[in-house]
Amino acid sequence: VNAGDGMHEHPTQALLDALTIEDHKSEIGGRKIAIVGDITHSRVARSDALLLTKLQANVWICGPPTLIPIDFEQYGVQVTYDLREAIEGADVVMMLRTQLERQKEVFYPSVKEYFNLYGLDRKKLSLAKKDVIVMHPGPINRGVEIDPDVADGGFSVILEQVNNGVAVRMAILYLMMGPSEETTK
Amino acid sequence: MTILLKGGKVVDPSQGLCKRADLLIEKGKIAGLGKIQSKKSWRIFDVKGWVVAPGFIDMHVHLREPGREDKETIETGCRAAVAGGFTSVACMPNTTPVNDCEAISRFILEKAHDVNLANVFPVGAITKGSRGKELAEIGEMHKVGVVGISDDGMPVQNNQIMRRALEYAKIFGIPVLDHCEDLSLAAGGAMNEGSVSTELGLRGHNRAAEELHVARDVILSRLTGSPIHICHISTKESLNWVRRAKEEGLKVTCEVTPHHFGLSEEAVRTYDPNFKMNPPLRSQSDIDAILEGLCDGTIDCIATDHAPHTRIEKEVPYEAAANGVVGLESAVPLVWDLLVHKEVVSLPRTVELLSVNPNKILSLNRGTLAEGSVADVTVVDPNKEVVIDVSKFKSKGRNCPFNGWKLKGGPAMTLVRGRVVWNQ
Repeated sequence: VNAGDGMHEHPTQALLDALTIEDHKSEIGGRKIAIVGDITHSRVARSDALLLTKLQANVWICGPPTLIPIDFEQYGVQVTYDLREAIEGADVVMMLRTQLERQKEVFYPSVKEYFNLYGLDRKKLSLAKKDVIVMHPGPINRGVEIDPDVADGGFSVILEQVNNGVAVRMAILYLMMGPSEETTK
Repeated sequence: MTILLKGGKVVDPSQGLCKRADLLIEKGKIAGLGKIQSKKSWRIFDVKGWVVAPGFIDMHVHLREPGREDKETIETGCRAAVAGGFTSVACMPNTTPVNDCEAISRFILEKAHDVNLANVFPVGAITKGSRGKELAEIGEMHKVGVVGISDDGMPVQNNQIMRRALEYAKIFGIPVLDHCEDLSLAAGGAMNEGSVSTELGLRGHNRAAEELHVARDVILSRLTGSPIHICHISTKESLNWVRRAKEEGLKVTCEVTPHHFGLSEEAVRTYDPNFKMNPPLRSQSDIDAILEGLCDGTIDCIATDHAPHTRIEKEVPYEAAANGVVGLESAVPLVWDLLVHKEVVSLPRTVELLSVNPNKILSLNRGTLAEGSVADVTVVDPNKEVVIDVSKFKSKGRNCPFNGWKLKGGPAMTLVRGRVVWNQ
């Protein structure tokens, strides 16, 4: 079981994200899913892109070009630097954590500018579908990538992701342990 | 007010035009072009024999305000611009404080709006304070109207930061403008390093300092796919890098100043600090390469690097003097005399260099006389006898290396947004 390795992959997160989306949207195929933020340093973005495109979702990747790795299009996703384009008509908006240290590493100039360009607030979210769900793998930096109004608001399914995480990981551990003695009898 | 410019030679490469025609201006816009029957109520100017062109754009000036109003103000700089035939200027961010945030960009725009002469397009800093360490709030500046970013005069030395800046500027579709200089290599240099600097006993500023950074910028433009514009290019090898980059299809552009094709390092033999600037005056072989680059399209535009200084900073020994010369009020006569009349470049190509291309590089929505466009117009009298006289300059700067030069051709009229803002 891979429980998330560095900037590479986080498959259990991708599975719990898919489950959460399915709970709300029944069908994942054809849905517009925007994944926004620090893509470069995110193992969640890579695993989500792999799984959600496999499930035929229309995946959009958005963030500053300084935080999107070269040729991310290889995952079969659309890349944009314009948050509005990513959110417009989206069924799902998934925000990623942006660490404050990245400012010192010259990926963006300030939290204020980052939030203005890539932070999710109610106004920007209004471009999405009326029944949009907002996701975040946590931990959240309120006021950096997401406004508290949205993180804790009616469209947010962030706590459901946490619940589903427990179920998905239990299921994976169960399957990994192989068939139990009772079932083999 | 409706204005008719009658009988001029309209040179507008944006429409492939170079012919005799009348130009009608109404409500600040170009309202007609061709044979136009005049009406009594119009203000009519006979411009027969003169060139009528889309307003000239100087994409590299230092207006010094805020902070160094003793050298120049936005008002005196704009007066100099329109008197020199320029309808638009892009001002560099190395003011005091540096234009690295929305508030200062807004201040410059508001001042320029009040002055109401030339259009002023501010260039924002790449890094906070142009200290080369952290990105400036480029998005905030872009929101109020910054058209490009540059750490002109304090160029970014860290290549990783330059890469990030190029990537980050992509969000806004604005170019990075780079003053190419490796500071460690150039340190202490007062003139081009070569036989003349050896003979004069002046510390040399080697061409390699520029060429290294031009090469770096070409390579980083290839990596990021972002547009980069090389400011005041001055050497043959720098031009070779730009030429190769263009052949490869990279978004690399460059500008040259009139002093870098009008003067060589030989001028420094006078020890006159008005021949001191950065990059320094180069050799004849560089001038030949620049003239070739102006012809073959390697050089996209002519910009002045107008850099006014006080007498206190210039009337001192050569090595102690500040770098930079004023250029707004001598550029057009120099271009006409040295390039047009000597048939180095054609008339349409000249207008590309002074208007069409800088407009393209900075996306200013200017550079054309097409019907419906903003009526920024420069009228040039190609046969005007001009004597450069710094005592008559509108600029506060008197540090012009061409003082006393007799030149043929110069601006006759300047119109900004349909208003005559200067008339000889």
